[in-house]
Amino acid sequence: MLTIAKRLLTVIPTLIGVVIVTFLLTRVLPGDPAVYFAGPAATPQSIAEIRKSLGLDRPLPDQFAHYVNDLAHGNFGNSLSTGRPVATEISSRLPASAELTLSGLILAIVIAVPLGIFAAVKQGSFIDHLCRVIATAGVSLPVFFTGLLLVYIFYFNLGWSPAPIGRLDAFATAPPDITGFYLIDSLITGNFETFRASLSQLVLPAVTLAVFSLAPITRMTRASMLAILASEFIRTARASGLNDRTVILTYAFRNAMLPVVTTLGMVFSFLLGANVLVEKVFAWPGIGSYAVEALLQSDFAPVQGFVLTMAVLYVALNLLIDMLYGVIDPRVRLEA
Amino acid sequence: MTEASLTAVPVVEAQPKPPTNSIFRHAIYVVADNPVTGLSFGLFVLIAVCALIGPYIVPYDPLASDTSATLQSPSLHHWFGTDLLGRDIFSRVLAATRLDFTIAVASVALVLFMGGLAGIAAGFFGGWTDRIIGRISDTIMAFPLFVLAMGIVAALGNTVTNIVIATAIINFPLYVRVARAEANVRREAGFVQAARLSGNGDFRILLVHILPNIMPIMMVQISLTMGYAILNAAGLSFIGLGVKPPTPEWGIMVAEGATNIISGEWWVAFFPGGALMIAVFCFNLLGDGLRDLVDPQRRT
Repeated sequence: MLTIAKRLLTVIPTLIGVVIVTFLLTRVLPGDPAVYFAGPAATPQSIAEIRKSLGLDRPLPDQFAHYVNDLAHGNFGNSLSTGRPVATEISSRLPASAELTLSGLILAIVIAVPLGIFAAVKQGSFIDHLCRVIATAGVSLPVFFTGLLLVYIFYFNLGWSPAPIGRLDAFATAPPDITGFYLIDSLITGNFETFRASLSQLVLPAVTLAVFSLAPITRMTRASMLAILASEFIRTARASGLNDRTVILTYAFRNAMLPVVTTLGMVFSFLLGANVLVEKVFAWPGIGSYAVEALLQSDFAPVQGFVLTMAVLYVALNLLIDMLYGVIDPRVRLEA
Repeated sequence: MTEASLTAVPVVEAQPKPPTNSIFRHAIYVVADNPVTGLSFGLFVLIAVCALIGPYIVPYDPLASDTSATLQSPSLHHWFGTDLLGRDIFSRVLAATRLDFTIAVASVALVLFMGGLAGIAAGFFGGWTDRIIGRISDTIMAFPLFVLAMGIVAALGNTVTNIVIATAIINFPLYVRVARAEANVRREAGFVQAARLSGNGDFRILLVHILPNIMPIMMVQISLTMGYAILNAAGLSFIGLGVKPPTPEWGIMVAEGATNIISGEWWVAFFPGGALMIAVFCFNLLGDGLRDLVDPQRRT
């Protein structure tokens, strides 16, 4: 319990850093938001007025306090082009991004972990070589390129998957909003037609993300299994006559998972970024495509809200990973 | 690991005079040792040559459109086909090498300068310098890196220079970490103490004695991050940041070809995407090969 409390405390300076950076991104760097807001036909007078109304004429610490106060009230500002509050827009789009990212990650883990274990157990075999090729090729593939290749093969050539036009095709209706995850919501309400439709839309982008994150997970699983399999307690277990299955799954696997879980933090950093590109390729209505649209119109509030949301999510995920550590390795818990 | 790298790095003693002959022999050894590294080195030379002379040897003007030959599939006249405006994709892919290569090299050079110096200062001085630089790196690492790059480009303005800066900033913590660890183990090394006894100031020791010593490790870091830098820059231009059409650049060309994919004109996006993939693949292999050579303990 104490470890968890201690770990929670370390999040505070990180979050402060994140908020300061997102604040600095708009205020200190060159480019005057007031000029943007005023538009091309602005007079110096109207710019000065807008500056005053935006609070840009006050000293920087004052502005920062104002910004933090807004954040504390869940106010991320309004989008310049749509006029809608950024916070509601982001929270309504977040489930789409989360569903996509999590499906991609789960798919990657389900493939990568067994692959890495096989490669380590049968070192030098065909699977081992396959593993090495995947590890090097996977990190070299630009994620948007993989996505387009998959669209070409599975939509245009084979016709197996629907057109890349978002979470549902035009004929299906969205399930009622319970969790925001279409797959789960449609199952809860027993609407299998919608479930099938949303699953078929989800497969390609999820596979794209999975291909991207396969490489680091496979590589780390293999390396850490190899290290564990060479250690003395494994030799003892084998010498005691335990069969391969018990040795590998019960003894080696659990110990080998620690470095893999640590790698997940890095994988998340890549995934959240890759998510933006995949959303653009598949016209996925998540927060990434929202930020990209806003970016191209120099609409800063949504971008700032997006960067902040992503960073907070990432900090939370890293926290979760550290907690998982304690679940996997009792020694970490005892240290408190 | 740090002790191991100490013994593995051929410690070039205080004089910065590079022994050219041994570097050359080293290079031959690298290529002979591992054919994959040799191949990637060959690819690297090819990419560098394309970046240097590419724009002069293209068969067509990469910007000239030809309305009579739009969206042609690859043929003898147009090896990689033509795009929606009838521009020759082979010429555009070749001409784009220079821009992509320049962005990657510039951002890596920038981060080597900033991150390398900050890292050795942190490792050498310790104390408050270390704490402040560590805090800055931690804050950068708290963001998903591509997302932070998007935010930086959005704030600084939508230009190629800012893509270079953003790519450099997100790689900053990696360079700091490596340089810091390497400078830290050398802080009390014999040659540093000797230099100090001979009356050299801290900054002179840092720049003349420690910096040349950690360069081999930093070179490995460079080739490992080059691939990532290219991917990052291409990703940013894929979503429409930095490079403006009609400038040929791999990321933006893939974005332009994305709409053609759905109607079956695969070549528009395939060739620039393939070029990008090969470049990244080449840098990653080269980085792995170099790392195996400089730091055999970390071989996986």
